[in-house]
Amino acid sequence: MKDQNKTQSPLVGLASRKAFGKVIVELADQNMDIVATTADLTDSVQLGGFQEKFPDRFVNFGVAEQNMMGAAAGLTLAGKIPFVCTYAIFSALRACEQMRTDVAYNGLPVKIVSSHGGISFGVAGATHQAIEDIGIYRGIAGMTVLVPADAVETAIIIRAAVKLPGPVYVRLNRITEKTVYTNEFDYQIGKPDLLREGEDILLIATGAQVGEAIDAAILLSGAGINAGVLNISSIKPIDQKAVVEILKKYPAVLTVEQHSVINGLGSAVAEIIAENNLDIRFMRHGLMDIFTTSGPYKDLLQYYQLDPEGIQEVVLRFLD
Amino acid sequence: METNIGELKKIAKLIREDIIKTGRDCDVGVHLGGNLTIAEIMAVLFFGVANLDPTNVNWKDRDRIILSKGHGNVALSSAMARRGFFPLAELEKFDTFNSMLSMHIDKHRMPGVEISSGSLGHGLNIAVGAALGARMDHAQWKTYCVISDGELMEGSTWEALMSAGHFKLENLTAIVDRNGFTIEGDTEECMRLEPLAAKFEAFNWFVIEVDGHDIEELINAFEAPSGDHKPKMIIANTVKGRGIPSLEGKASSHFFKIDADEANDALAIIEAEK
Repeated sequence: MKDQNKTQSPLVGLASRKAFGKVIVELADQNMDIVATTADLTDSVQLGGFQEKFPDRFVNFGVAEQNMMGAAAGLTLAGKIPFVCTYAIFSALRACEQMRTDVAYNGLPVKIVSSHGGISFGVAGATHQAIEDIGIYRGIAGMTVLVPADAVETAIIIRAAVKLPGPVYVRLNRITEKTVYTNEFDYQIGKPDLLREGEDILLIATGAQVGEAIDAAILLSGAGINAGVLNISSIKPIDQKAVVEILKKYPAVLTVEQHSVINGLGSAVAEIIAENNLDIRFMRHGLMDIFTTSGPYKDLLQYYQLDPEGIQEVVLRFLD
Repeated sequence: METNIGELKKIAKLIREDIIKTGRDCDVGVHLGGNLTIAEIMAVLFFGVANLDPTNVNWKDRDRIILSKGHGNVALSSAMARRGFFPLAELEKFDTFNSMLSMHIDKHRMPGVEISSGSLGHGLNIAVGAALGARMDHAQWKTYCVISDGELMEGSTWEALMSAGHFKLENLTAIVDRNGFTIEGDTEECMRLEPLAAKFEAFNWFVIEVDGHDIEELINAFEAPSGDHKPKMIIANTVKGRGIPSLEGKASSHFFKIDADEANDALAIIEAEK
């Protein structure tokens, strides 16, 4: 946990999606243009509070994500700032063309906030787990892609997303992430956050894996390895210069994500390393071009070596 | 509505002439068939029905016109140019590099257009969102959406139809260009759409069927009250390739470059009708 030396935020300890549910109500109170939409998942995406307080600015489209995404583009023609809220798998895949052509191509201020990112809906299996979403959104021109580490960073990111004039994707989770931040801070989209300095290896993580990476670094210190931890919550844009400055101090880097190793955080970091000719050992860790299985979240984290012990093992193998 | 039928007929003919000339002068051809079908619909929308201000395209209370069948952009461009949104000369550059006007609609290049379109099965969903937004504000402006019959084969269009009926979007009017053809041929052979009116009614729309080339019928349809807070669907029966006798009612009119002789013959017929 990052020590921020203040009284802690009341959001600490909540799942990112629950923090979103609270922040969206607060923002909608101040900004009359904010509208929330869902596709029959009001409670899952934590819009119950919004629906109760602003029933006239809430639309449930039923089980019809393509219609919701297209209609969100239409809502902006009436000056609205629509939040499109469903599971990550459905916003990224079922409504993909509407997201790309209706929302992003037109450069509209639609905020796509998806819960159940990564393997966080463990028991639901591959049909409901989103391990390609970051790659899909990252490839869309003009799309900002933000993956908060925990509840507090979610709140900051949602506030930042509303202020952006264009489309934004925010990936949240079903589970409660490990706490990384205890207080809101001055968030700048694109800027990486070095949470822990090290010497031997830098673990770069995003989303729920940030907290897991911090705990892995603690385990690694017991094994005599001094690992740094970098949170990249802004997958796009990335402040390349800032990342390069940090990378230069390390002989090795491992990216850790709850996403396919293809097209996600690992790929984004690989692009930076390659284009800047950095002499650094590099490996991607995540879901290795597979479809995931189902089971309780903690069991899946362990199985895919995304828990602290698993990450430690991957690091030891990598550095061996 | 104070509408001069004769004036609108003249405008529709000008739009049809613009389409034929563009189809003659463009690079590789245009979607002639499905542009010629909507000349009257565009004339009625832009010069008769919709509340617009070409000098203030961001006017909050303007009616929103969404052309879901984005390949109808020659007809739309002609109507918008003649309504004063941009110079008519832009049509001469249709489909040239980085031009304002092109095969499909690009909002970033085309001033005053509401939304980019071209991929089928998107526009009616966008129109549903616009109509919902207007209702949230208790605004009086209306949303008009022109769809093709081909895109009624897209499931997303039926999601939009279902939701507009469910939400009782009486501020939304859709016009389906029922020319009976997809790119390959007869819609009913490709994927049966009929009975269309009954389907729309079952989805809680108020439905009127008209001759889509008859200005008066179109105006009456736009003016008819839908009642019971229903969205309105105007099934506009049209003739693909209307205005080029050798191509009327043929799937082959879908996309091509018309040669100068054929274009001149068609233009002469339109001229003679004036």
